[in-house]
Amino acid sequence: MISIQNISKNFGDVSALRDINLEIKDGELFGLIGPDGAGKSTLMRLMTTLYVPNQGQITMNSRHTVKDYKAIRNHVGYMPGKFSLYQDLSVEENLAFYASVFGSTIEDNYDLVKDVYEQIAPFKKRLAGRLSGGMKQKLALSCALIHRPEILILDEPTTGVDAVSRKEFWEMLKKVQKTGITIVVSTPYMDEASLCDRVALMQKGEVLKVDTPEAIMKSFPKKLFAVKSENQYALLNDLKSNEHVYSVFTFGQYMHVTLVDENGNMEDLSASLQENGHEEVEVKQTDAGIEDMFMYLMNLENE
Amino acid sequence: MRTISYILRKEFTQIFRNKTMLPIIFVMPIVQLVVLVFAANMELKNIDMTVVDRDKSLTSQRLIAKFIGSPYYNVTYSEESIDKSVDDLYADKSDMILNIPQNFERDLHNYKTADLQVLINAINNTSASLMNAYTNSIVMDYNKDIIVEITNKKMPQTATFNIESSFWYNPELNYKIYMLPGILVVLVTVIGMFLTALNLVREKEIGTIEQINVTPIKKHHLLIGKLVPFWIIGMFELVFGLSIGLLFFHLPFEGSVIALFGFGTIYLLVALGIGLFLSTITENQQQVMFLAYFFMLTFILMSGIFTPADSMPDWAQTVNHINPFYYFIRAIRMILLKGSSFANVLPEALSLATYALVIFSLALWKYKKTV
Repeated sequence: MISIQNISKNFGDVSALRDINLEIKDGELFGLIGPDGAGKSTLMRLMTTLYVPNQGQITMNSRHTVKDYKAIRNHVGYMPGKFSLYQDLSVEENLAFYASVFGSTIEDNYDLVKDVYEQIAPFKKRLAGRLSGGMKQKLALSCALIHRPEILILDEPTTGVDAVSRKEFWEMLKKVQKTGITIVVSTPYMDEASLCDRVALMQKGEVLKVDTPEAIMKSFPKKLFAVKSENQYALLNDLKSNEHVYSVFTFGQYMHVTLVDENGNMEDLSASLQENGHEEVEVKQTDAGIEDMFMYLMNLENE
Repeated sequence: MRTISYILRKEFTQIFRNKTMLPIIFVMPIVQLVVLVFAANMELKNIDMTVVDRDKSLTSQRLIAKFIGSPYYNVTYSEESIDKSVDDLYADKSDMILNIPQNFERDLHNYKTADLQVLINAINNTSASLMNAYTNSIVMDYNKDIIVEITNKKMPQTATFNIESSFWYNPELNYKIYMLPGILVVLVTVIGMFLTALNLVREKEIGTIEQINVTPIKKHHLLIGKLVPFWIIGMFELVFGLSIGLLFFHLPFEGSVIALFGFGTIYLLVALGIGLFLSTITENQQQVMFLAYFFMLTFILMSGIFTPADSMPDWAQTVNHINPFYYFIRAIRMILLKGSSFANVLPEALSLATYALVIFSLALWKYKKTV
């Protein structure tokens, strides 16, 4: 279990994290969701003993990140946001090096990395610097797993990776999770949140909400409408200036809109838009996603 | 121990895979020694001298003939006025002008004295003073003959000291064997200081250090793994450069091998320490390169590699206490050329050992704080 208590971290005058409290259960696939600058990476660096907190404490399976940092380094796998393997060493050499510094060998834990490593094994003589983005991530994951860690921490592993590789990567994470490893993963992509068991929505150094993705989506407190018309740009402006509208933001080809009045309905909204001269107006009620919840919480925070 | 061996293996794999590193290690010593030793030559040959002979007498002709006879001078006559001849200096066609005024011979016979004018391009002060010295000695030599001739007397027999000088440790005054040990020191430092600093800062720049830091690798293991390869390569460089010197430049090796390599070991520790320290105060390879270059150039200029450090101003000699080049260049010349024993260079060795201790402590302290 990972227990994060009252964690604050400052860099000079800049406060990166403010009073964070989180509990991550054993064997959980836990997501830290939030935009750039939310403090996800800082929190992960605190967990991996790279930073020392200004306040509060973190225990990783009952090991304190400051007092027991040496023990934690033996039992935690970390994949930084930036590709941090040796570009001038081959795939095989990188993996062997990381295995050896943990006092292990590739053979010892091959069963664990097999699924991931087999996909890059045909290129094992190739230098890591010459791999594609997706393959680099797979190699980095293999290296983070090679010492059979109890906890795996992945900082934005899918950022800058193509859609197919992203999907594959998440499938691999699910498999790794089945071996009993606790996984903490951060991502700026809201759509990846639903792949986690539980997520923490983070914004500006604070945790806005922690729950399962389903519960977060269900807890959306307002009726949500998806609106579309001929002229999307004018629609956005009109919705923004409409006094009945509480919030609006672009979501694919639709605008996601909530109304100030809880009892407001689609017909009224549609009618008022047609008054503004919009044609082919389409208004329908829709289910809230993680992103809707995130935007809602962010608005609340800003108010 | 096992961790260190893994790191060492990784470092050597990376070093030997690096396409710029290998040439640096093998080609640089050859190029530097061969080219620099020949190019950085202080001997003066081929002095271009323009002679303006306004006297055109027997006496002036005989003086000029002395210059023509010397292997150092290329003499050209100028029929122009002295003012015009100065143009040769401007155009760099000539290094110096010998102006023999009218009535040179007559004055010599009538008044027992005559004037000569020598104009020297002194942009390079060293070669200018050498030219002056050569010219003076030729004129003096001629002067002796003249005195005998015009006074019809032998040189007065006065009591004089007879000075017999012999040049020790470099009897032929060979500039190459003076320069070569200095260049060896520069070579070893480039490896020890530059490559170490670059290598360490690269881990930071690429971000690999972050991945390393979350592993159980201890900092001192990592540092040993990082520094030992460059210590080995630095020592190899010393042996390699020394072999080139012995084989091709007949560099004498008077002192003991142990003294030299013992001293080299301590010196490399200092170089590695400085490299490590520089890497802790910089973020990327560009910064560390500029910083290392700055220190290197300052240290080289002050080290006494070209000019004797003892004749530098007091403040410079004080600054030289923190100049590792100064110690090693002094010691390597003493050991190679003079045959000094380790006991003779002990003060330098002790200074360097202290230096190594201080710079390593400083670097380790910085390293622990930053990474």
